[in-house]
Amino acid sequence: MTQNGAGNLHKPLGLLAELTHRCPLGCPYCSNPLALEPRAHELDTATWARVFREAASLGVLQVHLSGGEPGARRDLVEITTAARDAGLYTNLITSAVGITNKTLAALADAGLDHVQISIQDSEEKSADHIAGYEGAYAKKRSLAAEVVRLKMPLTVNAVIHRANIERISELVDLALALGASRVEIAHAQYYGWALKNRATLMPTREQVQQAANVVEDLRRRLHGKIVIDAVIPDYYARFPKPCVGGWGHRSLNVAPDGLVLPCHAAQSIPGLEFWSVREHSLTDIWENSPAFNAFRGTAWMQEPCASCPRRDEDFGGCRCQAYALTGDAAATDPVCHLSPNHARVETLAAERDTAPYDYRRM
Amino acid sequence: MAENDIISSETRPLLGRGVRLVHNEAQGGWVLLAPERVFKTDPIAVEIVKRCTGEATIAAIVDDLASTYSAPRERILADVTALLRTLADKKLLEI
Repeated sequence: MTQNGAGNLHKPLGLLAELTHRCPLGCPYCSNPLALEPRAHELDTATWARVFREAASLGVLQVHLSGGEPGARRDLVEITTAARDAGLYTNLITSAVGITNKTLAALADAGLDHVQISIQDSEEKSADHIAGYEGAYAKKRSLAAEVVRLKMPLTVNAVIHRANIERISELVDLALALGASRVEIAHAQYYGWALKNRATLMPTREQVQQAANVVEDLRRRLHGKIVIDAVIPDYYARFPKPCVGGWGHRSLNVAPDGLVLPCHAAQSIPGLEFWSVREHSLTDIWENSPAFNAFRGTAWMQEPCASCPRRDEDFGGCRCQAYALTGDAAATDPVCHLSPNHARVETLAAERDTAPYDYRRM
Repeated sequence: MAENDIISSETRPLLGRGVRLVHNEAQGGWVLLAPERVFKTDPIAVEIVKRCTGEATIAAIVDDLASTYSAPRERILADVTALLRTLADKKLLEI
């Protein structure tokens, strides 16, 4: 292993293409940064096409066309075509608001491989309230039906928090009724807007335990009918999550303005130097950009991570969370019970607020 | 399990929509791409998956593999059935 940890480089498997930060919804747990990029800073169609070709030659297999709402881009069909032409597996991650049936049909013709639609709740009123958008729920159901009618595989993504955690079973039933082959039960991860709304969103430990039992039961009952993937609520975990499969290890993220990030929240860590696809090739960025090399390998780790037998399994957890909760991005992710800062996480998880959502707005 | 009933010798397996077998030099060989998932694929699985066209029956696939690789039919049948059941459980197969 070289000094910067780049001697043992894997090839990335997935690229998250954040085509825009524009979005009609205002979900209070949005994973986008608090400082959103305006439309004028967005990469153009030709640059995205070049990025996809470079990604394919770097070894990337799947591209996730995301945002913001990718449907806010008028060139979404051209962008999707370019990704398919580069040989990439194309996954559209959408709120469903702003994608018409006509656009969807054009995307299917362009070879779009898979569609993921977010659903905020199984109850319409609550769903629209969480999204901050009247009528969102109905639009989502309608587009989901169209995805299935066009015989494209559908995933339903449900972000879980205090307002909907009691309805996981109903959310999975809804995904089945919509014809989804896969559903993500994704507990909110507290970065960006979710961090801002944490005290309003955070469920109790008992609710989280009950939710885990419900998911286990559903998996047994629906085995072979629908795939249920769960993202754990890490404030209540014993060990940290292996965030993004390890920093600069398996995936990369291209922000709307062309900066390439090891994960979508990486800009929350001050002092990291990100490179842009406007000035560098993707391979150059993957191998040499300072931000990607900052936390590769294990040389950067402190105790208790440095000598931990799990250090190659969970990579010390999440760098952004370590920074957000301890002020040191190289610290052990404090959700780990071995972290000297773990008590702080328990205090934060216990904070409750019934304040209205601070909706994500540009 | 219910899957036992669906996979019979007359089943004509077909990869699900959104599931593709691709060769990628940078990733070191054949991989099966599916929604949000990537599966490394060993050489035996590749030969089986390539034959899941929706036209050939499982019996025909097993005969083909047994004669191509001069291997005992029972063993091939066990490999094919096990793989297809795994794929079906993961919703990667239309059967």
